[in-house]
Amino acid sequence: MNDSVQATAPFIEIDAELCKGCKLCIGVCPKGVIDISEKLNGSSYHPAYYLGRDCTGCALCFYACPEPAAIKVVKP
Amino acid sequence: MKITEKPVAFYPEFERKSGPHKETTHYCPGCGHGNVHKMIAEAMVDLGINERTVFISPVGCSVFGYYYFDCGHMQAAHGRAPAVATGIKRANPEAIVISYQGDGDLAAIGTAETLHAANRGENITVFFVNNAIYGMTGGQMAPTTLIGQKTATTPRGRLEAQHGNPICMAEIIATLPATTYVERVAIGDSKHIMKARKAIRKALTNQVENRGYSFVEILSTCPTGWKMDGPDARDWLVEEMTKVFPLGVFKDESDHREGAWHRPVEPFAPAKRDAYLGAGEAEAKAEKLPLPAELHCKFAGFGGQGVLTLGLFLAQVGMRAGLHASWIPSYGPEMRGGTANCSVNLSERRIGSPLVDRPNLLVVMNQPSLEAFAGEVVEGGIVIVDTSVVENCPGLPGRRVVRIPATGIADEVGTPKVANVVLLGAICAATGAFPLAFVEQSLRETVKKKDLVDLNLAALRRGHEHVLGAV
Repeated sequence: MNDSVQATAPFIEIDAELCKGCKLCIGVCPKGVIDISEKLNGSSYHPAYYLGRDCTGCALCFYACPEPAAIKVVKP
Repeated sequence: MKITEKPVAFYPEFERKSGPHKETTHYCPGCGHGNVHKMIAEAMVDLGINERTVFISPVGCSVFGYYYFDCGHMQAAHGRAPAVATGIKRANPEAIVISYQGDGDLAAIGTAETLHAANRGENITVFFVNNAIYGMTGGQMAPTTLIGQKTATTPRGRLEAQHGNPICMAEIIATLPATTYVERVAIGDSKHIMKARKAIRKALTNQVENRGYSFVEILSTCPTGWKMDGPDARDWLVEEMTKVFPLGVFKDESDHREGAWHRPVEPFAPAKRDAYLGAGEAEAKAEKLPLPAELHCKFAGFGGQGVLTLGLFLAQVGMRAGLHASWIPSYGPEMRGGTANCSVNLSERRIGSPLVDRPNLLVVMNQPSLEAFAGEVVEGGIVIVDTSVVENCPGLPGRRVVRIPATGIADEVGTPKVANVVLLGAICAATGAFPLAFVEQSLRETVKKKDLVDLNLAALRRGHEHVLGAV
């Protein structure tokens, strides 16, 4: 992600190793920009990942996620 | 720029957690506890209270609060979190005390503590995470399990006729006049979650403003116990649980209770305590009588004979002599007629345990006590027996047995009730630990009814004389 995109568009970061693949973030995302990975993480979960576009920075995924540090929401 | 991320009221790493994964919780995927934890942590930061928050960890999945929150912690016995919270809050009114409990903890084993803390209007915040099941122990029926819900212990579903109905704690708590704020929220869809976030912040703000008792019931999910995945569990919560546990505010008097429930306590003052117990005074007057040998005593008899009081008398004599003293009773539920005993330690050194397993002085006032405790007396120890009551008193090899018809002597003095004081006199004579005059003075100050002082002194002297005469 280049600097100009970071400065203007909201985005989320999902730490694939901290995600337990419960899919709650996917259900609450109003834009449908989170999906579940086909790869397994180190804890044998299929982690969620951000599609990389159209995030509004609403942070609903952050509050729906039960893990303290799996999701970070940045809204410039 | 706004960044929403892990609140700093969480530890950076969960070092106390066992296993390799120090950045994730121990909760199952999709569990609602994580959401609630996150919102509490966020509120702690935003209200600036994490440095003075004490989080009470109960028993259940949520027992590990101390893994995660960077604040004070206290672990409570199952269900007793509100009682522990009460103690912490009353002793430290500036602390923000959070009682975080599941439904098994709060609505089953801890129902009494929950209701009474609420009924007292304790200035604490209770977060009640209701997931309708015992999660940690394997998904058994909880008091909040829905009718028809299948659990490990209701494999055909909960039946009203057999198991009763799910208990609605928020409604019950709201009926208690001393409570300030009672709301039920849910970790269901996003709207629910954001409402829960608001309620959590309000309940903590209430405590900061000393508005009294706040109770937030949070309907949550147990995907593992319910045998569902995360999204299905959230759907089931919204569709089924909220029918039985309706969401909403059941009581809110937050706006006109500010400061009303601030209960400052006087700081702990040892001198005041000592004055109340008469201990400080005793220490000041203490002659620092040397003790020939440490006394580890057991006094036993029927309830009502005065063995517990005898122990207290001796402990007070010891305190007046500047010694360390302990007294601990053990008795049945009966005020009179059951068995009773107490343990007394007197020492020139600090006493580690108040229990006496191997006494060097045993005083018995009935037959069963002699039989129960004689074998525990150390070699060289003294056994004093009230032979008015104990008919069969054989010698004990290696122990000195002092026989005295204490109850008979007491009767002669005026009343059998002072048999224990006769025995106190016998103890003085048999052990040589304290001069008679010193014990007399102690008794004068200990006996509460002043018109009974002479009677007690007479009993003391007769017991003392009897043993000296017999030697």
